[in-house]
Amino acid sequence: MDLLNASMADMREAIIDKKIKCVEVSKFFLDRIDKLDKKLNSYITLNEKCLAEAARIDEKIQKSESVGLLAGIPFGIKDMLCTKDLKTTAGSKILDNFVPPYDSTVVARLKNAGAIVLGKLNQDEFAMGSSNETSFFGPCRNPWNLDCVPGGSSGGSAVAQAARLAAGTIGTDTGGSIRQPASFCGIVGVKPTYGRVSRYGIVAYASSLDQAGPMVSNVEDAALVLEVICGKDSKDSTTSQRAVPNFYKNLNSNIKGMKIGVLKEAMGSNGMNEDVALARDQAHEELKKMGAEIIEVSIPLTAQSIPMYYLIAASEASSNLARYDGVKYGFRKEFKNLEAMSLDDFYSETRGEGFGTEVKRRIIIGTYCLSSGYYDAFYNKASQVRRLLTQQYLEAFKKCDVILSPVTSAPAFKIGERVADPLAMYLNDIFTTSTNLAGLPGMSVPFRISKQGLPIGIQLTGGHFEEQSMLNVAAALEAVNGLKGVHPNV
Amino acid sequence: MVPNDNSKASGIQIQKIDDLTIEHIAKLARLKIDNSQIHEFSDQLSKVLNYFEQIAKVDTTGVEPMVTPTEIEEVWRDDVVSHDFTAEEMTGNAPSKMGNLFKVPPVV
Repeated sequence: MDLLNASMADMREAIIDKKIKCVEVSKFFLDRIDKLDKKLNSYITLNEKCLAEAARIDEKIQKSESVGLLAGIPFGIKDMLCTKDLKTTAGSKILDNFVPPYDSTVVARLKNAGAIVLGKLNQDEFAMGSSNETSFFGPCRNPWNLDCVPGGSSGGSAVAQAARLAAGTIGTDTGGSIRQPASFCGIVGVKPTYGRVSRYGIVAYASSLDQAGPMVSNVEDAALVLEVICGKDSKDSTTSQRAVPNFYKNLNSNIKGMKIGVLKEAMGSNGMNEDVALARDQAHEELKKMGAEIIEVSIPLTAQSIPMYYLIAASEASSNLARYDGVKYGFRKEFKNLEAMSLDDFYSETRGEGFGTEVKRRIIIGTYCLSSGYYDAFYNKASQVRRLLTQQYLEAFKKCDVILSPVTSAPAFKIGERVADPLAMYLNDIFTTSTNLAGLPGMSVPFRISKQGLPIGIQLTGGHFEEQSMLNVAAALEAVNGLKGVHPNV
Repeated sequence: MVPNDNSKASGIQIQKIDDLTIEHIAKLARLKIDNSQIHEFSDQLSKVLNYFEQIAKVDTTGVEPMVTPTEIEEVWRDDVVSHDFTAEEMTGNAPSKMGNLFKVPPVV
């Protein structure tokens, strides 16, 4: 069995038919991690119990007991999601020793479906970043060019998937953190509609923006994983009651008659890398050839989505990260005399040492924007503009089924190139943040390789809860991208 | 740092973020910023907050703020106690404890 290229469904079928054992499948990926991850740095922690867990699935199959949709499929999980008894760090020193006593709902559902957790994946600290360079555990490297960033914040997930150090990975996306690294590393990444996937057990960054989703090798795997992880969760009251469609069964790359909205604000070549512009134009042509109707749509507030995102996300983060205080869990600074300390100094010093620079920057921005005298002008104002942005999308979706745009304006940049200027780093997110602000589903599908050998993805955005249409168009683009069997040479 | 009263009139009017402001905000956030970083932060944050000024220009008369992007549903459950964790599990990550009690500096 060609485990390097097999889809999850094929892998599962071979396991159920007893053509290959789960333990063998997991060992295959563990061997690849052992051989390749030193230079990539995609894993923070490996699950020492994974072969035992794989053996348990093999036992069930031997006894002809029923097993789930993802039986025996090895996954890497972004370190933002809690995994019971397996260290969960959120890429930060302040959680470097944290071992959760419970699984996040996403992980519980994957395990329930028979998936095997291989380990926890590297990421920007607290998901704040677009390059994986803010991780306490060091940067991770793009397998297509080791001098380049994989993107972020789900950099480890993108790298592990692109280099096939797992059969599937999970990332989280607050402003583009699944889609941008998926595009930079040439894999499929899906951010579901806000409310599709439970945030219970996921380290909170910005609670009105965060969503977890699959980062996998092809669209059908994404559809399968979505079926498993989506759905109402009583432990997360922001999850939707809506039934989860059969994304996998209903996947259909025949998009004849569909209306594809192309984003006016992403047209032209101003500030856009020429290979990205070309890929965008070629995507339009391919979809036209397949019988889709191409319509121009405009989201005039696209440019304002970056300041809106950073303001709202930083504000929510400043509140969410207040819990890291060294009291009940996580890093606590070594104090010589605890009894002589003021509580404020205790908090301040622990947090000052436990958090990295970008996290501190965003806590300060957020605290400022929420502080007395500024709340109305900043957070409230941005929230009003957020509603206007969402209304613009709702208008656009009256005219089209799915919106198409680039994911970023250029492919992966070099490690160290943008770290010194936070604002330059933030501008990476111009095409992705609006999706989170409006709560829409969005995804990246690999489409081209640049002249420098770096992947370029195409972004698709669907209407609220319309992941199926989005997945179908992605499947159509995937069928003509000419990238089947094209892998990075690690 | 003086809070700006014109917030209702034209939206955001950005004050220059000086080192004193950073120190004040850091205190509110219970977050120690090294002296060497305070000036770097005040520069960077001034630029970022200036950038936020674009939002101020948008006309939002009569627009309700949006705090959650999709449908808000009322969620109810029965008032029934469940025992999901033991005290030992919940204190398992404590940096310093005595039995199942967390050790902290004096609060009073």
